[in-house]
Amino acid sequence: MSGQMGAIGRIELRDIAVSFASGAGSSSGASDGARLIALDGVDLAIEPGQVVALIGPNGSGKSTLLRVVAGLLRPDRGTALLDGNPVDGPDPRVGLVFQEPRLLAWRTTASNIAYPLELAGVDRATRRARVAELLTIVGLEAAAVQVPSQLSGGMRQRAALARTLALRPEVLLLDEPFSALDELTRERLNLELLAITAHTPTTILLVTHSVQEAIFLADRVVVLSARPGRVVADIAVDLPRPRSLGDLDAAVVSATARTVRAHLGEAAA
Amino acid sequence: MTVMTASRRWSTHVPGAAAAAIALAVFVAGWKALVVLTGYPPFILPSPELVLERFVSAWGDGTIGPHALRTLYEVALGFGLGAGLAVVVGYVLARLPLAERLLSPYLVAAQATPILALAPLLVMWFGPGMTAKIVISALIVFFPVAIATMVGVRAVDARLLELARSLRATRWQVVTTLEIPAALPAIFGGLRVGVTLAVVGAIVGEWAGADRGLGLLINLARGSLFDIPLLFATLLTIALLGIALYAIVVLIERTLVGAR
Repeated sequence: MSGQMGAIGRIELRDIAVSFASGAGSSSGASDGARLIALDGVDLAIEPGQVVALIGPNGSGKSTLLRVVAGLLRPDRGTALLDGNPVDGPDPRVGLVFQEPRLLAWRTTASNIAYPLELAGVDRATRRARVAELLTIVGLEAAAVQVPSQLSGGMRQRAALARTLALRPEVLLLDEPFSALDELTRERLNLELLAITAHTPTTILLVTHSVQEAIFLADRVVVLSARPGRVVADIAVDLPRPRSLGDLDAAVVSATARTVRAHLGEAAA
Repeated sequence: MTVMTASRRWSTHVPGAAAAAIALAVFVAGWKALVVLTGYPPFILPSPELVLERFVSAWGDGTIGPHALRTLYEVALGFGLGAGLAVVVGYVLARLPLAERLLSPYLVAAQATPILALAPLLVMWFGPGMTAKIVISALIVFFPVAIATMVGVRAVDARLLELARSLRATRWQVVTTLEIPAALPAIFGGLRVGVTLAVVGAIVGEWAGADRGLGLLINLARGSLFDIPLLFATLLTIALLGIALYAIVVLIERTLVGAR
């Protein structure tokens, strides 16, 4: 409606506020009576094809914000817009990669990747072709008929990424997707992620705990404050693409990292 | 990978089979020793070889066959009906807390009532034909399968449900592609218990009044025929029936649940 013509994958968050009933175990942080305020007045606009990293202290509501964009969580206040239209539930244009692979243990890799297509009612032949394509993209051709328990952690997360890509989302939301993996696997998967998304113009919003990872992947690093989460800094990353691991040594990276860390310090205080 | 799987099968199955054979040998030897040491007459405790002989002859001359077939039929229908309903009810109990609060007292009461007391009543209502046995069998199967399904569905990872929601799965898609497959190992736990109980249900029903069936044959062998080796041969048939049905359930479980 008010969306820009031809814009696909544009995300706009206006004054988002989310609170939870503060149950047992969540004793820390600001609380409003019985409510725990996770996010309070988040404004953020992400242009189509842009990669934005969300970083912030624990409990700053990063994952919560991702769930609002994914349509899994309705904010108490404010609106999330996708291509100018309010998000009012999960949308096929938005793909979400969780912190854990969340593969179905009884399905093979190929069948797990086909799952969203199956749910969407895509016919068998199309499904097969698309899955073959995705297996190649994430380098899991050899593991197509294996079940998740036979895969390594890195392979599982690749399968999860392929599953999310199955429906060709305009927007990719990544919730610390490689955080459970070892450093080397993680670096490699980050590189692959850049390569995969370079082919198709995809808007990416990713949550991470690593400043270096945020800078390596993103065009902008958005720093959220401690609970209740607000945007405290929005830092552009001036690093040309395509990027390689060598770029991590560039002076601009360490300068940007210093800025991000300074804001993170404020955010935690 | 196939080599690994094969070697794993070896290591678990062959010692399993060997252990079962040894256990059987010990059981038969103990039985034989008891017969020899006590000198009980065959109408109290027949020897294992006498029972085996009677088992073979009674199967050969068609004494057991028709009864066994009838019981098998009742068990299959009773188990199918009871387990099928139980999976549906178990699912509802898992997802509607109100249903569980309303229904569970009745379920528990029905389970706590001895089937032995209920059987004559059901035979009176449904007559001496198969219906009463199928109902009794279904009734006794119902509880363990319903509870297993309820527990299994409740244990489905909430993160997988969130995944399905993010993929806009319909309620029915969640049930068929997520909840039931995820709960399958638990459901099969219930089915394993249920299938042996289904045999008990059918036999108890026949015991209470039947025109055919292994339960009736036990009554005949003990009473009018006074053929105690036949009584034991019938018991052996019931045991084998139970083992065979249990094995079928385990086999289906392996195929459906497979390697996870």
